[in-house]
Amino acid sequence: MANVLAVTEQRDGALRKTSHEVVWAARQLADAMGGTVDALVLGAPGVDAAGAKLGEVGADRVLVAEDASFGRYSPCGYAGTAAAVAKAGGYGAVLVAATAAGKDLAPRIAARLAAPLGTDVTGVAFAGGKVTATRPVYAGKAVQQLRFDAPLAVVSVRPNTFAPGSAAKAGAPSKVPAVAQARVVVREVKAAGKGKLDVAEASVVVSGGRGLKGPEHFALVESLAKALGAAVGASRAVVDAGWRPHAEQVGQTGKTVSPQLYVAVGISGAIQHLAGMRTAKVIVAINKDKDAPIFQVADYGIVGDLFEIVPRLTEEIAKAKAG
Amino acid sequence: MKIAVCVKRVPDTETRIRIGGDGASIDEAGVKFIVNPYDEFAIEEALQRREKAGGGEVVVVALGPDAAQETIRSALAMGADRGVLLKTDRIPADALAVAQALAAELKDGGYDLVLFGKMAVDDYNHGVGPMVAELLGLPCVTAISKLELDGGKGVAEREIEGGVEVAEFALPAVLTAEKGLNTPRYPALKGIMAAKKKPIEVKPAALGEARVAVTGLALPPDRKAGRIVGEGPDAVTELVRLLRTEAKVL
Amino acid sequence: MAPRYEGVDFYDVGALLSEEERAVQDTVRQWVDERLMPVINQRYLEGRFPLELVPQMAELGLFGANLPEAYGCAGLNNVAYGLIMQELERGDSGVRSFASVQGALVMYPIHAFGSEEQRTRWLPKMAAGEVIGCFGLTEPDYGSNPGGMITTAKETKDGWVINGAKMWITNGSTANVAIIWAKTGALDDPGGIRGFIVPTDTPGFSAKDQKGKLSLRASDTSELVLQDVKVGKNALLPGSRGLKSPLSCLTQARYGIAWGALGAAMGCYDEALRYAKQRVMFGKPIAAFQLQQQRLAEMLTEITKAQLLVLQLGRLKDRGKATPQQVSLAKRNNVDMACDVAREARRLLGANGILAEYTAMRHLANLESVYTYEGTHDMHTLILGEAVTGISAFE
Repeated sequence: MANVLAVTEQRDGALRKTSHEVVWAARQLADAMGGTVDALVLGAPGVDAAGAKLGEVGADRVLVAEDASFGRYSPCGYAGTAAAVAKAGGYGAVLVAATAAGKDLAPRIAARLAAPLGTDVTGVAFAGGKVTATRPVYAGKAVQQLRFDAPLAVVSVRPNTFAPGSAAKAGAPSKVPAVAQARVVVREVKAAGKGKLDVAEASVVVSGGRGLKGPEHFALVESLAKALGAAVGASRAVVDAGWRPHAEQVGQTGKTVSPQLYVAVGISGAIQHLAGMRTAKVIVAINKDKDAPIFQVADYGIVGDLFEIVPRLTEEIAKAKAG
Repeated sequence: MKIAVCVKRVPDTETRIRIGGDGASIDEAGVKFIVNPYDEFAIEEALQRREKAGGGEVVVVALGPDAAQETIRSALAMGADRGVLLKTDRIPADALAVAQALAAELKDGGYDLVLFGKMAVDDYNHGVGPMVAELLGLPCVTAISKLELDGGKGVAEREIEGGVEVAEFALPAVLTAEKGLNTPRYPALKGIMAAKKKPIEVKPAALGEARVAVTGLALPPDRKAGRIVGEGPDAVTELVRLLRTEAKVL
Repeated sequence: MAPRYEGVDFYDVGALLSEEERAVQDTVRQWVDERLMPVINQRYLEGRFPLELVPQMAELGLFGANLPEAYGCAGLNNVAYGLIMQELERGDSGVRSFASVQGALVMYPIHAFGSEEQRTRWLPKMAAGEVIGCFGLTEPDYGSNPGGMITTAKETKDGWVINGAKMWITNGSTANVAIIWAKTGALDDPGGIRGFIVPTDTPGFSAKDQKGKLSLRASDTSELVLQDVKVGKNALLPGSRGLKSPLSCLTQARYGIAWGALGAAMGCYDEALRYAKQRVMFGKPIAAFQLQQQRLAEMLTEITKAQLLVLQLGRLKDRGKATPQQVSLAKRNNVDMACDVAREARRLLGANGILAEYTAMRHLANLESVYTYEGTHDMHTLILGEAVTGISAFE
């Protein structure tokens, strides 16, 4: 029997969506291990309020570490604090969401605990007394099964993969010591465009490629994204051409996304792009070339002129959502 | 300025992946190996920093089989000064085991900067760089897209969801590179010839205990075949209907 | 985006190359993919050489790559030089022509026939792409018979006065400097031909672009007119003596062209193969039809033969043993087979093959120039005929 520590992530004092996913994943694992789930919340004084609802997704306890230096991500402070909690607590696993911060944090925790690490996993389980994990590798062309041969494993879980259900637990709050450390100080966060959804975390993504013929036509993609409440993504070609920022790039040298719905507009479907989105639940492709490789992974496709199809799709989606 | 760059020899992901006989690794027959693309940004950054500092040394360190000497050679061709190969036939899946070997090599090198690519395109672990930093007790910023150095201090930017984090640290430091940090140079043909004469020291890798076992590697399940709903804007209505009623994503 | 071009190597010729030679091939191949391919169609259609790429080519070390490092060059062996030409011409023959002229026809004669002062003055700047050169041998009425040229250089108290006209000069309008071959003695004496370094801004020197080309469109092809062009004594290439001097430059260029044509053929074959595997007709890819497989098999066979041919030629050249006749054989064979490969590739591509979007027809058009220049196919036939029979059949 061992417990699971789920490290959550807050921004401006509120928990990010992925925190619920990681606690839920921890709940599944803890149930398999016959243990409890502690959710760790790190932030500036007053952040304890953020963790109030974590019981609903399965946290038995909510451990809060507050420090003035924890308002923004503090790599060594968070890592040191989490490691100290993990050492004290009889845990079999420490889970972190594989967000930008999480991918930075998990290896640090693993190093401090001298524990094995599994990164950006799509499945985590307990078999034969050991924590196991499933994860995509080689640009999504293969799936790896891992087994961790140690009493404690550190695992980061892919966002948008462990959709939280409900598992009412106590979520009892408790304070733990914050171990501040300032080898690296995040002195500011420059916000991107207001309200811009991040492509790696959105549940719907609309991506545009070279078929749009020019940066000015991306307005079509943005309108469709707005109608769907989606994030805007881009193929490598249009990012390299300077039409869209790298943060929107989906693919092997960009972001890997697993949304519920992925709409590829004017994207041919090169292997590098598919690597980044092939695990989406539903893929829709719009392209004028019926032989484009994207149609081989798409669940639904429309062949034709995107300049006619996309506005019509935007219109009908807006109607469907309103009606 | 003394800079170490850690590089990895990885399969070119354009190649088709075939699962090897052991069911836990890829079949390497016919696979082309390249410098991990993210490491190229690290190599380029090291070369630019050495140039800006008006001199210094760029040392390339790789952990891997003998063939990884070619990977080091590519970095030398770009302009690095010398290389070190920590030799091991099989690279463990345990990032910490790798980090321990690298940290042991880097510890007494007197490096101002230790640079990595943010991740390797075969295992996608994002692990070794920050782990080496922890083992060496050095500041570390990962996935940096911009770097400024001023005397013994640095400021780096990294993309996070919805924005850019600006982080400050003191040197010596460990940094891992994201695409866009710089534009890696092509090795000048002169550089390719010069690389032949630059030294590569080969020593056995002092790997830590590997506690991550790969118990299986398989091709991903095929997606169920999709269909073309129709042609042109008239197919939109049917698409929306299917997304609503069949796929249930609207 | 198509999967990356990986070359053509049916007989594992890669294993016969050194690690450095492979690295050179890979680097130029990658540069062509990333920097040349995105712009070449546009430039070809516009009829403009992509001059903006010259600094990058220089930085890579593509100019005079087989000349010594002491002069700012890459100091590569001849196989590596050939591989550069192979990969450049897979991109475009006009761009490879620029590099051939700069390296083999301008830098080479300065290195081979120039004084040390001339070498140190010009070669590093040419390697750096800061000074662009052209080679003025061919004249409007003297192509295959360069010995008949009528451009003259008369010695004066202070130097030379050059009069004449040259035609079909690659880089003619772009060049800062022209290597002009002129007769210093009697007009019927080719033994008096000598080479001169003439800055193109010298009064009396003019160049004019030859418009209306349907081949080598991404290349500057110009007429040169020299009207009482006065140059100093130090313009003469002191080691140049007779027709054999410019001909030895041509031998250098022809060697690179034999490799270049191979590259063009490889590019055409690769494009045709990919197209055949994905173009569906009558319910299956056209690669399933016997006639298309025959096309591909023929192309592959000719490419493989040509590849082994130039590799051995390169090794001979590196040992100092390659003869001009051996170079003729390779140029003649490889260009001829590349013309055939390009044509057959164009045909396999069907209607799509006439679009600039596909490379076959651009290569096909370019290769016609490559067939004709640097010694026409027929001239090389006679060179070989004379070499083996001992009997000249030129006149």
